[in-house]
Amino acid sequence: MLDDFILRAALAGLGVALAAAPLGCFVIWRRMAYFGDATSHAALLGVALALATDLPITAGVLLVALVMALVISTLSGRNVSADALLGVMAHAALALGLVAVSLLPGQRVDLSSYLFGEILAVTRTDLVVIWGGAVAVGLLLAWRWSALLAATLNPDLAQASGGNPKREQLILTLALAIMVAVAIKVVGALLIAAMLIIPAATARPFARTPETMALWAMGLGALAALGGLMASLEFDTPTGPSIVSVAAALFALSSAISVALPAMRRRG
Amino acid sequence: MTLIQTSGLTLRHDGQTVLRNVNFTLRPGEIVTIVGPNGSGKSSLLRALIGALKPAAGKITRKPDLRIGYVPQKLQIDGTLPLTVRRFVNLPRRRPAEAIQAALTTAGVPELAERQMVDLSGGQFQRVLLARALLEKPDLLILDEATQGLDQPGSAAFYRQIETVRQDFGCAVLMVSHDLHVVMAASDRVLCLNGHVCCEGTPETVADAPEYRALFGTGTQGALALYRHDHDHHHHHHSDACEGHQRETENA
Repeated sequence: MLDDFILRAALAGLGVALAAAPLGCFVIWRRMAYFGDATSHAALLGVALALATDLPITAGVLLVALVMALVISTLSGRNVSADALLGVMAHAALALGLVAVSLLPGQRVDLSSYLFGEILAVTRTDLVVIWGGAVAVGLLLAWRWSALLAATLNPDLAQASGGNPKREQLILTLALAIMVAVAIKVVGALLIAAMLIIPAATARPFARTPETMALWAMGLGALAALGGLMASLEFDTPTGPSIVSVAAALFALSSAISVALPAMRRRG
Repeated sequence: MTLIQTSGLTLRHDGQTVLRNVNFTLRPGEIVTIVGPNGSGKSSLLRALIGALKPAAGKITRKPDLRIGYVPQKLQIDGTLPLTVRRFVNLPRRRPAEAIQAALTTAGVPELAERQMVDLSGGQFQRVLLARALLEKPDLLILDEATQGLDQPGSAAFYRQIETVRQDFGCAVLMVSHDLHVVMAASDRVLCLNGHVCCEGTPETVADAPEYRALFGTGTQGALALYRHDHDHHHHHHSDACEGHQRETENA
């Protein structure tokens, strides 16, 4: 029954949405939105690398995203104005990736499939890769959850309790790189960061604890993935952007609710 | 037995030496306060003691399995992070519910467990930080300007709480503070920093030390006299009150 391309698309979308949601919570709690942008935009450089060296696309993207994420987390730890630096890196990575792909000799690359994803062309092998990555991200986060939270609140506090904030930062970096590598097929390099940030931000008004926020984000992300897929089939629109549009609509709804019922914001 | 000891400790921050050649020993049950002007290396010393800042030179020796309860200077919780008091004090390790209730009660905020951290007042927030630190069952409680943002009665109440905690838990307390009057009165020993240890000893010794007066003026003396009439016999020592004086005052 996995022959059905719509079912495969739905499973791919669900895998990405479920893993991106809790990771996205950390991205917004730690104010790493630009970090997510820069890492996911670097995916295009990874595509170019993979095509040039006959590596699998996922491996190329994983490698480049990991290097990019490590470089950024090293640089931004040194009190260089992090916001400007990340903005520069995010856009430079995207531009360099576009140039690199176009320079590849003898390749006719469909750029838009890497920029916006091609979820309807997901194969069974892709599904294994996507769910493998999603499960890896989920396990990493579940394993380090409390230590990550402590390090997010205050690195010194985590350190004094016997933790290692630098290691937690590395684990998040690794999870982000895996996420980017498996999500590029589904939503594309341009919109991966959206799947991280939007469901998490949408979940905020409904949660009283970090855990309930992550669960809400997973539910909302899954809803956006399935709703966007159905909408794109119904209206014949590109699927990746449709998924993100549904996520954005849910965010608008959630914001409206939290404004209309201010008591919900903190008391849930 | 000492809890923590530094020898020849030198610390750098952003390429600059912020503290040099610190020889410092902390024993069980002591309350020691670190004072000094801004940028004198107070917070850097605390960060080195908890292991967050690597020594540029010298070394730090900790008692094996030293448990530290750390109350940071400030803890900004991003508005996007929902967090109840109960969840917060469970970080990074889950604690039994009874232990949490006991710690919140000891810290003077027994009724706050289900509140959101961002809704707390400054004083409540500091007490919740204290409760979390107490759940570590600390041998050593470290407070970095824990009363910043509290008014004078608020900080006085907070320090009284610290003294109660020391009595109940028998832990040593090391704190950085600007509230010279209150803190010096509540300390066994004061360490005055200004890029190095410029003087050290009992509150009276330090308040009389020329190095301390050069940094802070003489304003704290009246307040000290108010809080501690019983130690004024140390005053005539002030002529040589600086490094090394500590051993003398211990024997006194």
